[in-house]
Amino acid sequence: MSIAVSESSVKAQKRSIGAVLWDYLTTVDHLKIAHLYIFGGAFFFILGGIEALIIRIQLLVPENDFVTAGFYNEVITMHGTTMIFLAAMPILLGLMNAIMPLQIGARDVAFPFLNALGVWLFILGGLLLNLSWFFGGAPDAGWTAYAPLSTTSPGHGVDYYVMGLQLAGAGTLMSGINFLVTIINMRAPGMTYMRMPLFTWTTFITSILILFAFPALTVGLFLLQFDRMFGAAFFDVALGGNTIIWQHLFWIFGHPEVYILILPVFGAFSEIFSTFSKKRIFGYTSMIFATMLIAFLGFMVWAHHMFTVGMGPIANTIFSVATMAIAVPTGIKIFNWLATMWGGSVKLNSAMMWAIGFIPSFTIGGMTGIMVATVAADYQYHDTYFVIAHFHYTIVGGTVMGIFAGLTYWWPKIFGRVLNETLGQITFWTFFIGFHMTFFIQHFLGLMGMPRRYWVFLEDQGLDTGNLISSIGAFLMAVGVIVFIINAIYVWLKGEKAANDPWDGRTLEWTTASPPEHYNWKQTPLIRGLDCLWLEKTEGNGKMIPAHPLKDIHMPNGSILPFIMSVGFFIAGLGFIYQTDNKLWYIALFGGMAISLLAMLVRSVQDDLGHYITKEELKGEAE
Amino acid sequence: MTENTNTNQLTDYHKQKNKEEMKRNVISFALMIVSTIIAFAIVASGVMDRIFAVFLLFILATVQVAFQFFYFMHMKEKGHALPAVMIIGGTWAAFLTVFGLVAAVWW
Amino acid sequence: MNHDQLLNPKSLPHSPEKATLEGKNKFLGLWFFLGGETVLFASLFGTFIALRNSTAGGPSSEELFGLELVFIMTVLLLTSSLTSVYAMYHMRNHDFKKMQLWLGITGLLGLSFLGLEIYEFTHYITEYGFTFRSSAFGSAFYTLVGFHGGHVTFGIAWLIVIMIRNARRGLNLYNAPKFNTFSLYWHYIDVVWVFVFTVVYLMGKVG
Repeated sequence: MSIAVSESSVKAQKRSIGAVLWDYLTTVDHLKIAHLYIFGGAFFFILGGIEALIIRIQLLVPENDFVTAGFYNEVITMHGTTMIFLAAMPILLGLMNAIMPLQIGARDVAFPFLNALGVWLFILGGLLLNLSWFFGGAPDAGWTAYAPLSTTSPGHGVDYYVMGLQLAGAGTLMSGINFLVTIINMRAPGMTYMRMPLFTWTTFITSILILFAFPALTVGLFLLQFDRMFGAAFFDVALGGNTIIWQHLFWIFGHPEVYILILPVFGAFSEIFSTFSKKRIFGYTSMIFATMLIAFLGFMVWAHHMFTVGMGPIANTIFSVATMAIAVPTGIKIFNWLATMWGGSVKLNSAMMWAIGFIPSFTIGGMTGIMVATVAADYQYHDTYFVIAHFHYTIVGGTVMGIFAGLTYWWPKIFGRVLNETLGQITFWTFFIGFHMTFFIQHFLGLMGMPRRYWVFLEDQGLDTGNLISSIGAFLMAVGVIVFIINAIYVWLKGEKAANDPWDGRTLEWTTASPPEHYNWKQTPLIRGLDCLWLEKTEGNGKMIPAHPLKDIHMPNGSILPFIMSVGFFIAGLGFIYQTDNKLWYIALFGGMAISLLAMLVRSVQDDLGHYITKEELKGEAE
Repeated sequence: MTENTNTNQLTDYHKQKNKEEMKRNVISFALMIVSTIIAFAIVASGVMDRIFAVFLLFILATVQVAFQFFYFMHMKEKGHALPAVMIIGGTWAAFLTVFGLVAAVWW
Repeated sequence: MNHDQLLNPKSLPHSPEKATLEGKNKFLGLWFFLGGETVLFASLFGTFIALRNSTAGGPSSEELFGLELVFIMTVLLLTSSLTSVYAMYHMRNHDFKKMQLWLGITGLLGLSFLGLEIYEFTHYITEYGFTFRSSAFGSAFYTLVGFHGGHVTFGIAWLIVIMIRNARRGLNLYNAPKFNTFSLYWHYIDVVWVFVFTVVYLMGKVG
């Protein structure tokens, strides 16, 4: 039971691979779970990147036959699904897991067990989805899986989509609840809501979005699952079904989802701008309210994805106006960031470069957002490359750049090494130039009428040069990512151990060791104001004042049960997919469910009280 | 966390309070049963106009659910601000969802 | 506080379910989960309302539903909500035996509700040939009501596990939050049922 106890004492010694593996399989520590999220997310990010390159190679020249049309459909579907659900979200959840508890002065999250369950559900859900490549073909109905295309798609591709996302989505929902309760109940003494760093604030609001958005996806996936696997008629028009229901449910989830992707990086950028301008963030309060407003409005705009469905002019107008309203709080944020830099002593390192590069990129994405929100014009833009360009400007220019910025900024805290600055600059410039080359030209391809999701385009229609430039840009982006990976490996092998506070930071996470001990602080710090570390640097002795004398620390126990539960659901997922072929697969379905339920039962009847790290042990360790 | 357990022991004061609380809960249960009976009676008798009946049914359901939340689930008590915020937020998202699926479905 | 104080407290505070940080976390976490469940059921209700007249020539809700059975089910579930309030009342008074008794009654009422629901479903299938696959209305009906029934089933299983597990150890600061979260969950199931009988059965009868 006491796996975690011995951890600190053996830390310095080299451990066998088996021990490390077992440690990660049973861990409930927020930082190790963050590692799992980031490594898992990075793995799927590379997969999604390879899929993107296949798309761009196919569209390199007119009427290319690099891949078949059917395979192309699978690749575009998996590119979108992988990037959104298995790359961007998990890496963000990883950052939140690693940093948020450190920013509020907590020793761990509120439900460490659920946290571990969430990460394993994500990893096994992602693997389940990608197994489809090896067993009869991947899903091919687009990442949006519109019915009836998805209900009538032959083979098991879409079944894998349903089960994989169901697992990963359940894990995300747990994380959302977990973060909310952590932030509310586990802040250090003095850490009032209005003293929380903005990354914690955006984690909080993102978690609310997760809580209210993911259940709609869950239901949508269930309906699709029932139609495909059990002969239900939700989307079967012959039996009175209605395919628009899928679109509504998908986008009621899907639109908040894009804010789930962008809000955490808004928080990360706020930290970076403030730290590297050596200034308090401009308009702290307005930042929080702008975030809340974006989240609130984000729930009322989903139907702008469906303007051409035929909802009628009134519905279209309402959703169009609501969508445009979101530009206001977003604009407030952009101006606040600019004002933070203004008059500050700006340090242009790679983390800051990502942040500065983000502003024009994301603003272009926001501006085209207003364009596609204009109903009459959207009938032209709909399903063209203009839309592709728009959402890549927000998701790559916003989320991916934010992930790079956040990773560069917090790498020392998460992995104990500072990334190499030269390699960081190379990554930034290749990726930044490659990104604009790839996607800026696509606005014009779209305006010229190039539809999305088409396998080939014809010669001499004015699309040749644009597509060539776009494909070259994609390869530049790939170079940037590869340099980043080299950077990570290089500093791990050759880099020096990072200092506790390498950036002269302002917030609480920079007061722990890099990486922190699993109990984070020996004594919980007392928070005296916003940017609490900076406050101590200017008014105190540069160290946090402890909130209590040294005492025993209560920590949760590790457990293998989350992993077993997730494996059970994974097996049950396979059972669901294949029971339509052969009733023997019901064994897998019920067997997998039984494993998971049994693990839940064990968890329920076991007294898991956690363990204590005694005062004496803490004193024994060097300062 | 609970070092102050001893000062927190069950007193007659708390027992009395719990009792009064329970009495209120029984009253709200009675009101819930009454509103259920009214709802079923409206439908069974069929005396009411369709639109009006549906409207009334929803009001009765909402009242009943309010009793559940505020009395049975103690949402009226202190320390329930955040649960209330989340339930109201969920209800708002729920309203939008149902509204979208009912009003903006293309037939 | 050490483990022994948690499991064998010499005396309990007047709200044992919220005396520890774990208890407070469980309390908030369950409430937030219920906020998410609201959207989950809203999606199912929305789907049902959109498809409630899509009978594809099969039986409609007016032909299918009988109010007597639904009324009995409603009373059963409402009463089980009250009995779990009684259980929590006794928990606050530290009367473990009475708490277990009332929880047991809650479970029995839940089981009888579930029995009637199974009877109802088999009745529709055998008498009317109205199944999950017969029309979009059928799919939506069985999915919505079945999701609620699934929640009841899970609740009963949960109740049985915590009742048996803690039968011989009495109330302590470790299990009090578990009983409390169960009771909140159980009330919420009742909340959902109020909308099920209103939207599915009563509105189905009105037309």
